[in-house]
Amino acid sequence: MSSPEKWTQPGPDSPPATAAAPTAEQVIAGLRATDEGGADLVQLLTPEGERVAHPDFDIDITAEELRGLYRDMVLVRRADREANALQRKGELGLWVPLLGQEAAQIGAGRALKPADMAFPSYREHGVAWCRGIQPHEVLGMFRGTDNGSWDPVEHRFHPYTIVIGNQVLNAAGYAMGQKFDGKVGDDADSEATMCFFGDGATSQGDVHEGFVWAAVYDAPLVFFCQNNQWAISEPTERQSRLPLYQRARGYGFPGIRVDGNDVLATLAVSRWALEECRQGNGPILIEAFTYRMDAHTTSDDPSRYRLSDELELWKLKDPIERVKVHLVKQQWADQDFFDSVEADAEELAITMREHCVNLATPPAERMFSEVYAEGNPVLEAQRDEFLAYHAGFAGGER
Amino acid sequence: MAAPTMNRPTSDAPAAVQTLTIAKAINNGLRAAMEANPKVLVMGEDVGKLGGVFRITDGLQKDFGEQRVLDTPLSESGIIGTAVGLAIRGYRPVCEIQFEGFIFPGFDQIVSQVAKLHFRTQGRLKLPMVIRVPFGGGIGAVEHHSESPESYFAHTAGLKVVSCSNPADAYWMIQQAIDSDDPVLFFEPKRRYYEKGEVDTTAVPAPLHASRVLRTGTDATLVAYGPMVRVSLDAAAAAAEEGRSLEVVDLRTLSPLDLAPVYDSVRRTGRLVVVSEAPGESSIASEIAAKVQQECFYSLEAPVLRVTGFDTPYPPSKLEEEFLPDLDRVLHAVDRSLAW
Repeated sequence: MSSPEKWTQPGPDSPPATAAAPTAEQVIAGLRATDEGGADLVQLLTPEGERVAHPDFDIDITAEELRGLYRDMVLVRRADREANALQRKGELGLWVPLLGQEAAQIGAGRALKPADMAFPSYREHGVAWCRGIQPHEVLGMFRGTDNGSWDPVEHRFHPYTIVIGNQVLNAAGYAMGQKFDGKVGDDADSEATMCFFGDGATSQGDVHEGFVWAAVYDAPLVFFCQNNQWAISEPTERQSRLPLYQRARGYGFPGIRVDGNDVLATLAVSRWALEECRQGNGPILIEAFTYRMDAHTTSDDPSRYRLSDELELWKLKDPIERVKVHLVKQQWADQDFFDSVEADAEELAITMREHCVNLATPPAERMFSEVYAEGNPVLEAQRDEFLAYHAGFAGGER
Repeated sequence: MAAPTMNRPTSDAPAAVQTLTIAKAINNGLRAAMEANPKVLVMGEDVGKLGGVFRITDGLQKDFGEQRVLDTPLSESGIIGTAVGLAIRGYRPVCEIQFEGFIFPGFDQIVSQVAKLHFRTQGRLKLPMVIRVPFGGGIGAVEHHSESPESYFAHTAGLKVVSCSNPADAYWMIQQAIDSDDPVLFFEPKRRYYEKGEVDTTAVPAPLHASRVLRTGTDATLVAYGPMVRVSLDAAAAAAEEGRSLEVVDLRTLSPLDLAPVYDSVRRTGRLVVVSEAPGESSIASEIAAKVQQECFYSLEAPVLRVTGFDTPYPPSKLEEEFLPDLDRVLHAVDRSLAW
């Protein structure tokens, strides 16, 4: 890794993190964010692991399916912690943790069918997992060896989009294309698109425009907003006066707030929403009410703007623990199962580490390739000049 | 370019050589591209029923339907951003930005997504989309309707940028831009929309990214693109009456630049005046001046001169004739070059 320090180390003039206390407004906003999500929150599995009924969104789940969801969440959390550690060791320039958002991402990701399309922001490592992308495949962009390595067509998972909200319009266009292609309706080959963004993105014009376009073209698009309560240092109150799911009403489509720490509820609501879209009843907004348990990125320091009490409260609503409790209570899993999942998680982490340190810096001329589909003689001349410059050094190396 | 087709569904086959305005030539080019490929979509504000505020898309929605000619919401980022998704889905969207001054809400999508997705995905995603932009002044309009923002886009890696100056180029270049697997910004000289010229629909067109000598001469070279080509040709005609022989090169492609014809010309004439109505600082004209002094240093008899718009916001329209390069300013620069 060339110089991860420049992203991770505070400058000489930065005050120590402990010197900055959150303001009163930040504390109040943070405490508000720890509420229960309101009366409209769809929940099927309580933080205590109790199954509860819901009049609209119940789900039949087998023991095997729930064990699978549990395994998914444990594995993506382990991969996330491994990547975080790799950043701390200097192997990655940056990491964007998903800690706490496993249920939201696995519930949504497992609701997608192979023919569906997904447009992530940059924190959707759990959805990537569900689309068949190995955790190590997302590391290149954080190590600085590529800008995204998976094949978006093969996996039907768009590249990570870093500019906040851009992907929402791209997803709206893609979903319009699905409709123009006759892929909406009763046919077995019908498709939908799911688009991921955060609470902060809802303030972007592109998200507003995405809502408008998807609505007026009846696009089969599920807007999946993970409200993790924080856009770096800004609480959701800085983005909206009213709960985000209620915005959908103004655009003329349904908005549903689901417990984003409840994988069953997220799966149920996502399945319903995707099927509605495939049938031609899109778009739909889902607000997954969850919590960013770690920093925005490894360069962020949440102690400057939120209280650790808030995190402690959300730990009681952990997305993985409630499933484990439920599996045990139902006698759907024994210790051997939990041990095997832990072993799989460790193996995944080892594979990630090995792949990460072996991700090689590409040859310098890579920066000139694939800028254009049909080439560009001016750029090609610039590349040749660059290569000739390098070749001019003794032994061809600078 | 594939074999030219002009089989209009509503009329008998027209004559191969027609006299058309630039506006009609683009319209015919769009129609030909839509007939040749069902994946070609036209999208923009008022492009359907109205046929666009300049009528460039007139009649297309009537003949191709609302799913191929989309009257979109008033949202430029939306036009560009959804076109990205449609292109990924396999369509070839042709976006119309109503006036160049309104492109900036879509600038983020153009620079962050349109220009970079091919590179970001190491060539796995292609963005075969065209963004049509009426540009330039001289029409007595209010603010934001007369600007020349092409340098922003030529400065952005991943985009291709062209500008037509006459009906024949307009007809062919729009089809070539649509055929390109790269995203193309297509700048249309709005003040020249209704100027006429001959279009031979059976001709073999020049490549899209090629500059062209429109008038040969021996004393000095003028380089221009889009709306300033007419000014440069008029200047050359006026100079000829005074016994001066000016060569005129129509740049046509702004990114990538094709300067070989310019170098060749300057090596013969020894003098170059670049004409553009965009503000001159850090512009296409600057780039041409830099490249020509680098490539033709020993051939130059005088410094490369630029005649451009001023580095001001576009002025109120009563002042625009002072802002826009005209025949006299071009000839004044030629005089200075020849007197060096």
